Amino acid sequence: MTAAEEDRQVEPVAGPASRQPVLSVRDLRTRFRTPDGAVHAVNGIGFDLHEGELLGVVGESGSGKSVTMLSLLKLLPMPPAEIVSGQALLDGEDLLALDPARLRHVRGAKVGFIFQDPMASLNPVLSVGYQLTEPLRTHLGLSRRAARRRAAALLEGVGIPAADSRLGDFPHQFSGGMRQRVMIAMALACDPKVLIADEPTTALDATIQAQILDLLQRLRRERGMAIVWITHDLGVVAGLADRVMVMYGGQAVERADVRSLYARPQHPYTRSLLRALPKIEGGSRGERLASIPGQPPTLVRAPDACPFAPRCAHAFARCHAENPALAAVTESHEVACWYDAEAGVPRAA
Amino acid sequence: MPPEPLVAVENLTKHFPIMRGVLRRKVGSVRAVDGLDFAIHPRETLGLVGESGCGKSTVGRIILRLYPPTAGRVTFRGEDITALQGEALRRLRPHMQMIFQDPQDSLNPRMTVGSIVGEPLREHGEAAGAALRERVEALLEAVGLDPAFANRYPHEFSGGQRQRIGVARALALKPEFIVCDEPIAALDVSIQAQVVNLLKELQERFGLTYLFISHDLRMVRHVADRVAVMYLGKIVELAESDALYEEPLHPYTRALLSAVPTHDPEREARRKRIILEGDVPSPAAPPPGCRFSTRCPVAEPECSQRAPEWRTLRRGHQVACHLAE
Repeated sequence: MTAAEEDRQVEPVAGPASRQPVLSVRDLRTRFRTPDGAVHAVNGIGFDLHEGELLGVVGESGSGKSVTMLSLLKLLPMPPAEIVSGQALLDGEDLLALDPARLRHVRGAKVGFIFQDPMASLNPVLSVGYQLTEPLRTHLGLSRRAARRRAAALLEGVGIPAADSRLGDFPHQFSGGMRQRVMIAMALACDPKVLIADEPTTALDATIQAQILDLLQRLRRERGMAIVWITHDLGVVAGLADRVMVMYGGQAVERADVRSLYARPQHPYTRSLLRALPKIEGGSRGERLASIPGQPPTLVRAPDACPFAPRCAHAFARCHAENPALAAVTESHEVACWYDAEAGVPRAA
Repeated sequence: MPPEPLVAVENLTKHFPIMRGVLRRKVGSVRAVDGLDFAIHPRETLGLVGESGCGKSTVGRIILRLYPPTAGRVTFRGEDITALQGEALRRLRPHMQMIFQDPQDSLNPRMTVGSIVGEPLREHGEAAGAALRERVEALLEAVGLDPAFANRYPHEFSGGQRQRIGVARALALKPEFIVCDEPIAALDVSIQAQVVNLLKELQERFGLTYLFISHDLRMVRHVADRVAVMYLGKIVELAESDALYEEPLHPYTRALLSAVPTHDPEREARRKRIILEGDVPSPAAPPPGCRFSTRCPVAEPECSQRAPEWRTLRRGHQVACHLAE
């Protein structure tokens, strides 16, 4: 590890209460081997997640937000993926060092995963009841009958009417919103401590989206579940998250308490993303939306400079030569940038 | 407002038959679009919003004469185009174009960008040879692409650039009217802004009229002059953009607007979301009376018995709800 890489390993900001985090990730690096060379998808990501906390992870496609979470549970095809370094402590166990059998148990029982497209993650030829009871029997050792009762209760808990009679139904017999509820019920089956939700509402309509958000907020309150919410839309997490991590080019470029992030965004990327969103209140018709010129990085190069520098309006020589590490601006706000966007000058070296 | 609309529909209706059995007998119909009346004025952007399955894309396709309507009339520049056939229909096509949601699916992967953008010109005999090449280059330039890209294939471009190619193709025949069907839904936020800015620029430059179909209410407020809200095959509310967003009259519009995320944590913390119960009913068996009555938080017995009339409550603000005042 080079000195610059060591610098990037800053201690994350403490959560709402400074107790032991449920999940603690340090210096995660994931690469993909491709015929054109290595793609550095995740470059030194770290975060803490506390009980009952919701962490929003925001970034565009290719920012590494999904790969980060998939790496934690080794849900990536390896090869081509390769976890180069990192540590992910869940209940004192390093997920990245677990043997396959133990990891399978953790995946089923301790961490729930909700994917964007429920149809792609439910098995179309197995009944919903079978798919729900299988983890209950495997991980909790419930009998067939007990598992069935619990499955019906789970479906009811996520708002599926007449749950008992729907256990024999197949995924295609549910509507889009209902399927996403089935996914949530499956993720919650073994009462996980951590729920990772990867754009869980993107494919849903606005009114169904509101129902799902409402449901997850309630589950979080009732069970004290910690949630990682992955999204490309800064608007979605504003009303949801306690803290937000903004990712770009496989790195965390900003990490802050939700109010602080929206009130005083620090990173030029976060600032442009916020300006690129049209406003619903007051309206912005006639104005041009701020767009970010250029395209997201391809990450074929090792991250030896700020990944946002080629698209950044404030980039100067240092940005193209050195990769900035997250540094605290206030107690609950960190940014990885050589430029102080609030003051309009480069940060003191 | 100009007296003569560019596009107008009256009682526009589209029922798709449901066929069953070996003999493909008709057993019912999906009432995708059920009696719409609205007009789009020259150089205006009319936003059409609603959830998936509400029939909004079908409306766009009927206006472009891609589907024949079951009943009703479509007029373009005052001329009834509902029954146009053959050569007359072919002559109409260049005036009305479409931009699709997914630039991945709507561009032929085996054609170069130059031949994709030039195809409408060749097809309608507008240009050939060197003149065609020049037109294509000018079009690529107009949408912010390097004309040198004409020899490349769609897969070599990012999502935002591919959508620009789709826009260039739609512009090729100098249309007056473009149906934009979820043009930014498949793009990243920072790229969405680029494409929306481009559409607005082109509208000013070429005097275009848009029907902007979207489920993204934030973006519709940004681009549309007037907005129509659809639910289960019916328009429930139509108004100037500001009026609709600031004083929504229909309970469905209110619920939709309350579900739109804002990027202000303070406001979000205070905000009360209206959570609608249940799913949208099937358009094959819409509920009697007001179609929203099964999910409406303020419905009264009357609502499930009698369909509400399409009323003008204020200047330019129309709504279909018994209870709106």
